[in-house]
Parts: sequence; C-alpha cells; structure tokens
Amino acid sequence: MLDYILRRIGLMVLTLFGVSVAIFLLLRIVPGNIADILFDSAGLVDPAEKQQIITDLGLDQPLVTQYVHWIAGLAHGDLGYSYVSEKPVLDEVLPRIPITAKLAGLALLFAVCTGVPFGVISAVRQNSWLDYVLRVISLAALSMPSFWLGLLVLMGFVNWFGILPIYDKAPATWGAAILMFGVPAATVGFRSSALIMRLTRSSMLEVLRQDYVRTARSKGLSEPAVTFIHALRNAVLPVITTIGIETAFLFGGLIVTETVFNIPGVARFLVEAIRWRDYPMVQNLVMFIAIVVVLVNLIVDLAYMFVDPRIRLRA
Amino acid sequence: MAPVLEVSGLTTVFHTRGGIVRAVQDVSFSVEAGETLAIVGESGCGKTMTALSLMRLIPSPPGQITAGMVKVAGTDLLALDEASMRRMRGSQIAMIFQEPMTALNPLLTVGRQIAEMVSLHENVSRRAANARAVEMLHHVRIPAPERRAREYPHQMSGGMRQRAMIAMALACKPKVLIADEPTTALDVTIQAQVLDLIGDLRKELGTAVVLITHDLGVVAETADRMIVMYAGRKVEEGRTKDLFADPCHPYLQGLLASVPRFGGGEGERLREIPGIVPPLNDLPKGCAFAPRCQSAIGRCRDEVPPLEPKRPGHAAACWVT
Repeated sequence: MLDYILRRIGLMVLTLFGVSVAIFLLLRIVPGNIADILFDSAGLVDPAEKQQIITDLGLDQPLVTQYVHWIAGLAHGDLGYSYVSEKPVLDEVLPRIPITAKLAGLALLFAVCTGVPFGVISAVRQNSWLDYVLRVISLAALSMPSFWLGLLVLMGFVNWFGILPIYDKAPATWGAAILMFGVPAATVGFRSSALIMRLTRSSMLEVLRQDYVRTARSKGLSEPAVTFIHALRNAVLPVITTIGIETAFLFGGLIVTETVFNIPGVARFLVEAIRWRDYPMVQNLVMFIAIVVVLVNLIVDLAYMFVDPRIRLRA
Repeated sequence: MAPVLEVSGLTTVFHTRGGIVRAVQDVSFSVEAGETLAIVGESGCGKTMTALSLMRLIPSPPGQITAGMVKVAGTDLLALDEASMRRMRGSQIAMIFQEPMTALNPLLTVGRQIAEMVSLHENVSRRAANARAVEMLHHVRIPAPERRAREYPHQMSGGMRQRAMIAMALACKPKVLIADEPTTALDVTIQAQVLDLIGDLRKELGTAVVLITHDLGVVAETADRMIVMYAGRKVEEGRTKDLFADPCHPYLQGLLASVPRFGGGEGERLREIPGIVPPLNDLPKGCAFAPRCQSAIGRCRDEVPPLEPKRPGHAAACWVT
C-alpha cells in the first residue's frame, strides 16, 4: 500500500516535470514576447529601449538557462515577478485561488450530485420516456460549448429575472458564495454532469445484469436495496476515475465561464497573462493547475482503492 | 408426508421480437422435505427458467409466468404480491447459482453478504447476524470461518465461494433449496465435496432440494427422483434408479446412451442424439423431440403426447413406448 502510494508520487513528479518542459517550450514557440507586444500595441518605438527590456527580463539568454532559472526559483518558492504588473506572481495569484476553487468545487459537486442519481434513474428505468429525456439532455450538454451555454444562461437570467448573477464583490458567507457561484458552477459542471450521467447509466446497466445482482434479488432484498447496496457501489467505480479526468477539463470550462460571468478567478487571469506573454505568470499558473489535477487524480486513485477491495488488497 | 414444494401447470413465456418463446410449458412436480429432485436436460431446455420461475425472478418484461401454481408449505407464491414474495425469497425458498465466481458481490465481505440475508428475514441484531454468518461458514466446512467471514469473494477459491453461497442460501433455513448447476463450474474433486455438503445439509435441516443439472452422473449420485425436460416440457418423471435402469422416453434413452463409458471399445465413437433442440419460439406441432427421434411415428409429428404412467411411479410423454 505504502509502496503503491510512493510509486504514484514518483510518477506525479515525472508528470509535473513533463508539464513544466512542455509549457516552457510552448510559450517560447508562440510568436512574440512581452517586448514585441509592448512595442506593437503600446506605442513604444525606441529599439534601444526594447533591447533593454529584453535584457532586463533575461529573454536573450539561452532557453536552458531560462528554464533552469525558473525551476531553481520554483524550488526556493520564488515564483518571480509578473512582467505586466511587476508585482510578485504569488501576490497576484493567491487572492484569486479561493474564488476559482469555490467555483470548481461547486461545479464538480453539481456534476456528481446530478450525474450519478440521474444516471441511476436512467438505468433503472431503461427505455422509459424518462430515460429518453435524460439521454437527450445529456447528449445536448455534451455537444454544447460552455461559453455558449454561459451566454444563454446570462440571457435567460436577464430576460426572466431582470438580474445578472455577475460577480461584484467577494461573497462573505458560504450561503452567499453558493448564490453567487451557483449558476456559473452549474454552467461549468453541466458537461461533466452529462458525462457522469451517461457513464453511470451504462455502467449501471452492465452491473444490473451481473449474477450477484440476481443473487441479491434471490435473497429477498427490495429493489432499492439491490440498486443502492449491491449495484451502485459497483457501478460508480468507473465514474470515480472519470471525476479525476474531468477535473482537467473543468479548467477549460472555467476559463470561459469566468470570462462570461466576469469572475476574477485564476482561469480568466491565465488567459490575460497569455495575451501579454507574461511568462512567469503563465508558467507558474499552469504548473499550479497541473499540480491540482495530478493531486486530484492521486486522491481519486486512493478513493478507488478504498472502494474496491480487489485493488486495495493487491496493492 | 405432504410435499413442501408443489408445482403444477407452471408455464413461462418470453415475449420477444421473434415471437413468443415458450420457455416452460405446463411443468408439474412436487418435492418432499429432505428429498432431492433433479431436473435434467440439455442446455436451453427450460431448466434454469423453471428454477427462476419458482423464485419469481424471471426478468419481466420480457418474461411472464402465464399459468400455474408454485406452493411452498401451502402458500402459492404466484398469488403473492411482490412484497410478500420478497419475504419468501431467502427465508422459505432459496437458490444457489451456477457461477460461484460471479454470484457474490465483489465489494462486500462474504460475512456481510451472509449476515445481510439473516438480518433481512430475522429480527436480530447486527452482531447476532454476523455471528450467524460465521456459524454458517463453519457449517459448510470452511476452515477459519471468523477470518473468512471478513474476506472478500476474490480471496476465495471457486469451491469455497460456492460453499459460501450455500451458507448464504441456507442461513435462514429455507424449506426449499434450488441449486442451479451448483457444481458445473467446479473441479471434479470439489464437485463431489460440494454435492456431499448439499446432501448432508439437506438431511440435517430437512430441506427439499431441487437440483438442476445436465450431468447425469451428478443425478445418479444425489437425486432421489428426477424429471427430464425437453424444449420446455417435462417428458419423463420417476425415481432416479428406475429411470436409469429403464428409460421410457427416447430422449432419456439417447441421453443415457451418450454418456461416455469408461473402458468402452478402443476408438469407439461416442453416441450422440442427432440434431439440436428446436428453437422455443418455433416448436414443431407434435412432440418436440420427434424431429430427432429415431422411433418417431406419424402421430408424433401431429400431436403432443401427454405424460402417462408407463410403469409404477414412472411416467413419460411418448406415443411410441
């Protein structure tokens, strides 16, 4: 067991190293750096000044040197300074993290709390009108880009309620946070919810055909007991794995949704930083997101072990 | 002695796209306490569907029990509502299945699965139910039952899982035990042990056993009486000894002739029954076995033969014999 966890942590470190190299190189492949952008759009014209900026930021040094510099800083907890605001990256990012964390947490919660029950209903009532309705909705959810859904939700709110669930100031209480983030979170989580619903449904249908479900019925258990005690436990195993994978996708949805709902979170900030080629900002933010995704996946695997004795006892 | 299980006129059909599949047609039999009745036949002859009909576990739709009576200790199961039927399952009539590898829930400990049966039907504490689970595992001769009760199915061998299934099925001392091919998936040595175990527990608890199998060797060793099924119908019935000694129906004659004999002639071909079981949604008009029967006469193809006594205590459905 400990051996397994250590091996997983080793793999995590390797993954993060890969991510760091990839994001570092990708950012340099993208045409233009902060100096180019300043000179193209901000009206600076003096080539000597441009050269000065490049030298100051170390952009003229070899890539390997730049990479080592970044990682060495990271290892000391020094994330560098933003090119744009010239403030420490940490100071810029830290206040935004709770906002995105709440939004992402609520989105995931929404996805699981709707996806699993609807998947079960759909499977237990297979081929009923309810099943068809749920399947059509989930297919639509999977096909809908989240920015479009976000816009629709905004328009709907303006049209029917005359108000916008737009971020103005940080919510003080959990209740206020749920009110504030509920709609954007549902918008982000809708896709994941649909995916989880379809997965739960198919997994449940398969489990309901298993011999042990028939055994459970032959013992005289009621249908709800058969469904929840015997079938669902087995059916959620693949769903748990998906939750890990979906966290990664969630960030894509968050970028768009934070923009649409004007939420000052990490994801929207990342897009902004990419536009300015704010290398330290982008690199460190991407690393942060990668760490979150990898950690969630580790937790998911541990949860899987906890639920499935076949894996727990072999590991 | 009054029979514990009385089945009469049981008919089960499946509504499929290919038409109505008659899985079980007009099957009747009875079993006394402590007696073993074997139901014998090829794959697809309706044995398992008969068993599932007794438990009312036919998947419905498409399946439906259209006629008959299944009396356990005087109560007609087919007349019960679903809630009352659930109370009967496990407590009065229990079942063990063919595949011990898949018939137990992989995520729950074996002890918990047995205890679940107990607490479902008896008003006992969780602790008492767990104690009963250990006791039952001990009863089915599983060594170190306290430890085994805490284990998961994947930690046990096939034979041990089937014992655990038996422990579960008998945990509430049901009056009737249906064993659907209980040893088919097991090694021969384990087979004998499991059959002995079922036989011993039957004597001890006075359970009536319905043993479903295609293995005539198993029948010869364990069953007091047997019925032979073909294409959803009962075609022969009687004491096992009598049927083996003097089979009336050409189908049973064929089955017995196709059992490989040890020390038979070198290079001698195994005897088989030519042809296959007809599809149950397209049965011939007369005797379902007629197309494969070498002694069939004209009448066999037109009229279904009734089950008639041929010898004392021995009935068969055949126009010829």
